[in-house]
Amino acid sequence: MPALRRYARALTRNAEIADDLVQDTLVRALRSEHLFHGGEIRSWLYTILTNLNRNRLRALARRPVEQTIEDNDAAGSAGPEAGARDIERALATLAEEQRATLLLVVLEGLSYREAADVQGVPIGTVMSRLARARMQIKAYLDGERPALRRVK
Amino acid sequence: MNDRDSPVSIDELHAYVDGELPADRQQAVAAWLAAHPGDAARVAAWRAQADAIRARYGAIGAEPEPPRFDLASLARARNAPSRSSIRSWRGIAAAAVLAAFLAGGTIGWLAHGASAAAPGRFDTFTTQALEAHKIYVVEVRHPVEVGGAERPHLVQWLSKRLDYPLRVPDLGSNGLKLVGGRLLPGPTGPAALFMYESPSGERFTLYYARTDAAQTAMRYRAADRFSAFYWVENGLAYVMSGPGDRDHLLEVAQAAYDQIDKNAPAQPAR
Repeated sequence: MPALRRYARALTRNAEIADDLVQDTLVRALRSEHLFHGGEIRSWLYTILTNLNRNRLRALARRPVEQTIEDNDAAGSAGPEAGARDIERALATLAEEQRATLLLVVLEGLSYREAADVQGVPIGTVMSRLARARMQIKAYLDGERPALRRVK
Repeated sequence: MNDRDSPVSIDELHAYVDGELPADRQQAVAAWLAAHPGDAARVAAWRAQADAIRARYGAIGAEPEPPRFDLASLARARNAPSRSSIRSWRGIAAAAVLAAFLAGGTIGWLAHGASAAAPGRFDTFTTQALEAHKIYVVEVRHPVEVGGAERPHLVQWLSKRLDYPLRVPDLGSNGLKLVGGRLLPGPTGPAALFMYESPSGERFTLYYARTDAAQTAMRYRAADRFSAFYWVENGLAYVMSGPGDRDHLLEVAQAAYDQIDKNAPAQPAR
């Protein structure tokens, strides 16, 4: 569960939304019969959370006034140091599914295969998302702020 | 080996960083990097990114878990009787526990149990209504139990459960369509939630629960991204919840109020 929270936090960059997502994920999980069929629980939880977040963003996209990105992290009272800020901002510039892929692989240590299953895409897509995500983060950190945020 | 000397692809560099590279290519890639400083720098940058991400978010897993993630509570809801007709109870029970913890700590849930002490209070009703609002407006596939197409049945059913002839406003003139409704556990027994939706997907809910509080004027409450108007009329508490825009919400609440007031039964069922 700590891992799920960590993933949610990195994905949404908002402590409250992240914890809501985790909770919704747990509730879905508890209600599902899947729990009784064995199988890989961990990936499955990531799958639920990733889907819930995608639904959330779709819902937000239909409401243009809502703010979708919060840079500040409620839990970090002292304020994260500059490096942490930078990576946070860099992640924020990524398209949602690129961010999810990168986090699943880098932060959560999923294999390409697992990340592909979680996102319901072929491995090739995982690799191209990973490549684009890394390229864009590097560009951002190198000071080349993208004029346009990729919006899917 | 043929593999050993073939040029290294960009995909292989990623795989190398992520530990996905087949063992028989490890050496080839390492050798390639030694000979190609540009690619080596790239790989180093990716590794630095990964380190930064782990450094930034890794500690979150060590933070104390909020009580609302208590699986035992969540599971208790899950293990409620789940035979066909009681099926929806499972969801309601889960939602109630969820709602309670969402309110911050256990206050919401305790307030629910202890509501006999102070039923009908503004806080209690708006908290519950906002929680229900928050939970169900994000539902894409199952926002309601009975759809707006079955309006007569829906109103009849919930009126029966609340033992009160509910007046369900038609908010078409505010550009809102009735999505449907559902039954909820409320502070004073069953509560009803009706959901409305604008063409752009903006959702409002109107919450009904019995109360013995005296008639009130409309009161406003804002809670993070949502807000609510509460009023009491003839033994029924109403909470109109919606997005944070106060003025817009007031328009909608006012429209609902006017219609309900106009159609109010002379003698409220008691």
